[in-house]
Amino acid sequence: MKLRARHIATVLGAVIVGGTLVVAIIAPLLAPHDPFAQDLMRRLVPPEWLGGTALNPFGTDQLGRDYLSRLIYGARISMLIGILTVVTSGTIGVTLGVLGGYFGGRVDDAVMFAITARLSIPLILVALTVVALTGSSLTVVVLTLGLLLWDRFAVVARTTTMQVRNLDYIAAARAAGASRLHILLREVLPNIVSHLLVVATLEMALAILLEAALSFLGLGVPPPLPSWGLMIAEGKDYMFFSPWVIMVPGIALFVLVLGINLLGDGLRELLGAGRSQ
Amino acid sequence: MLRFLLRRLALAVLVCLTVLVVSFTLTRLSGDIAIAIAGPNATPEDVEIIRKNYGFDRPLPVQFVDWATHAAEGDLGRSYVYKSSVAELIGERLPITLTLGLTGLIIALGTAIPLGVLAAMREGTLIDRGIGLLALLGQAMPSFWLGLVLIIWFGLKLQWLPISGVDTWQGYILPGIVLAFSAIPALMRLTRAGMIDALASDYIRTARAKGLSLATIVLKHALRNAAMPVVSIAAVQLGFMLGGSIVIEQIFALHGVGYLAWESISKNDFPVVQAVVLLLAIIYIALTLLADAMNAVLDPRLRAA
Amino acid sequence: MIVVPPQSTVLEVANLRVRFGQTAAVRGISLRIERGETHCLVGESGCGKSVTALAVMGLLARGAERQADVLRFHDHDLSRLNERGMARLRGDRMAMIFQEPMTSLNPAYTIGSQMTEVLARHRGSSRREARVRAAELLARVGITAPELRLGQYPHQLSGGLRQRVMIAMALLCDPDLLIADEPTTALDVTVQAQILRLLQRLQRELGLALLLITHDLGIVARMAHRVSVMYAGEVVESAPVEALFAAPTHPYTRGLLDCIPVPGASRRDLPLGNIPGVVPRIAPTFAGCAFRDRCGHAIAVCAEAVPWRRMADGHGYLCRLTEDWDKAA
Repeated sequence: MKLRARHIATVLGAVIVGGTLVVAIIAPLLAPHDPFAQDLMRRLVPPEWLGGTALNPFGTDQLGRDYLSRLIYGARISMLIGILTVVTSGTIGVTLGVLGGYFGGRVDDAVMFAITARLSIPLILVALTVVALTGSSLTVVVLTLGLLLWDRFAVVARTTTMQVRNLDYIAAARAAGASRLHILLREVLPNIVSHLLVVATLEMALAILLEAALSFLGLGVPPPLPSWGLMIAEGKDYMFFSPWVIMVPGIALFVLVLGINLLGDGLRELLGAGRSQ
Repeated sequence: MLRFLLRRLALAVLVCLTVLVVSFTLTRLSGDIAIAIAGPNATPEDVEIIRKNYGFDRPLPVQFVDWATHAAEGDLGRSYVYKSSVAELIGERLPITLTLGLTGLIIALGTAIPLGVLAAMREGTLIDRGIGLLALLGQAMPSFWLGLVLIIWFGLKLQWLPISGVDTWQGYILPGIVLAFSAIPALMRLTRAGMIDALASDYIRTARAKGLSLATIVLKHALRNAAMPVVSIAAVQLGFMLGGSIVIEQIFALHGVGYLAWESISKNDFPVVQAVVLLLAIIYIALTLLADAMNAVLDPRLRAA
Repeated sequence: MIVVPPQSTVLEVANLRVRFGQTAAVRGISLRIERGETHCLVGESGCGKSVTALAVMGLLARGAERQADVLRFHDHDLSRLNERGMARLRGDRMAMIFQEPMTSLNPAYTIGSQMTEVLARHRGSSRREARVRAAELLARVGITAPELRLGQYPHQLSGGLRQRVMIAMALLCDPDLLIADEPTTALDVTVQAQILRLLQRLQRELGLALLLITHDLGIVARMAHRVSVMYAGEVVESAPVEALFAAPTHPYTRGLLDCIPVPGASRRDLPLGNIPGVVPRIAPTFAGCAFRDRCGHAIAVCAEAVPWRRMADGHGYLCRLTEDWDKAA
């Protein structure tokens, strides 16, 4: 198999995502300082390569907190948000999509209506409103995003279920007297999982970006949690003189989302190539 | 054809209502609004007074119907914060947001379509891969961060463009670019895919056999067929851009509907929030209908149906 | 505009070779078409006949390599012309119609628009002039209510009508050469006959040189003046049509003709002839006769260079067997 750019890209994506996951898990072991520890004597110290010291390799923020440590702990937040949101929205979306795709008729009409309605909802607006009312917290953000980001799961689950529904092994299972639940779980689901994985990567990237936007606007993850979006918001007032306060978390976000997209694209090609009629 | 349109309209109204009910319920259920309005220093009695005044003690469906019937007449209530009619508030700020959205759309289409066509014509070459890479990078970039970076670069370091406010038309350029960024990757990919399919088709082979010029073949024959999905996605993307204007208007200090929505959310000014949700839902639905209509115009085969 | 003296060679091809990566699709085709002549290129699918046509028109896909000792259209050396030069000739002096009328027209534009653009491009005609000429040609190919048709979209026309439109479109600028690649294969049998009759009539009226590509020997018998039989990228036999059917000499041609049931002549109790195997894909380094794996008369020397044998009356074939190989034994 020739080593093509596509393969390199996918592997790169996997490395980035995997690496971030590892960083998130072993954060306490990796971070040089406590991300919440303020040191007002050492505010806005530049990163090492811009004239700072080795004590804070990525510099400090406006409250003297070590940026590298906050970055590392921020990975936890991004990964948590990404994974939990995808699990929630995936469950909702796949359930709806499979039900609509398998049963058709009125059930499908209802599912399609729900999807259309959901697509007509202004996402950020509604998310902001809910968080504003219930109060910012990690849980609220995950739940809100999870309850809003299920549409693509539903669409893909529905389409693939419809394709699979008419295949022979489904008919065989039914003829053998299998219950509908059994068919859905054991026959339909395993065959659409590959496509859902691709959607999962896309939605994960979207969830991370949305949380960053919400936190940036102050209605996401509450301070002093080191959400990368929040770090950018907090650093906004100092960005003209200390641009690294927004560059560092911004680049981290960018790289993570890029990695997820690369992985997703690679998965899609891998699975698409092997997809049967 | 007429029956089809009527059906779509009826469906659209139903979707709209559903969106409104959902957002209405979400806001009412997410927390006690009376407490939110009263503020942190209010006593329970103050909260009760507010609750009675604004009618929050009535059952939810009654509240909703009340709001909806008023809204249907054009009365969207009064803002808790500004003390003026919500409709007026929105009306003042809508032109800014619409201009911003359209600017973003024009920049997006003006970038995505030529790039997509170029990538398709040079399929598989370095140029194609390079353009694909750009699309990938664009997709991964958080728009608000990009906005800030552009502000630092263009506004300050290079001093070319204004970084806040819209006193001049140049004020729309940077925010327009940031908005466009989120739409360009998808539009470019779609254009490229559509063009590749079109260029491989039999009617392009016929066009070449007729000795037509390259420009005619690519622009008149291929692009016309590739454009159809792009047009509908573009309409939908405009809707997303308008929704995303909340963040962009905040960064660039543009006083449009997005900025208003942001202020209202943080100040718990719910009539305004509800009205903006209604506005955006209507816009989204209208854009989807528009996209379908444009498809019918572009593809003669759909008109007969 | 070139003035063409009558009775001259319209197309001359010598040793045309086309390669796609590791496959040699065309391996040395030579043919010549005169004004007013129908030359049929016949063979099974995969023998390279369509590729030959595309190579002549310069419409090959990007990865193709084309070479020829001679590739001449009137005085134009086609192998020297770049894409722009070819585009000037295409649709004007040389035209081509294809097998799939259903997909060969752009669904987004009217028939009229697709026809008038040819005239606008090659003749600089105004819209009105172009429409008049287009309607004229639609009538010529037997389409009723031509004005109405000009305003219609391709999906509103049947397959047969679309193919007529393609023919009309090809003839708008009075080309000297028309290449027709299996023009009737995708059509109903009754419509096939109509289209063939139309082509014959047009050729007579306009003095067209027609390169007709087909796999159907019945069409060859009906339409051709000369025939070239192709196999695996080569011409294995070339002759005037009567000579080909009267005295088919190459074993492959014999095999093809044996496959056709002839009412009254074929014996009912004997199986129809058939040639076992499929047309092979040839690598550029291949040597010898490509038919040897399917031929009943192959011997060791068939793996080396095969001679082109000339018979009387411009009849030739590519085989080691002599003319009278079936008379002995």
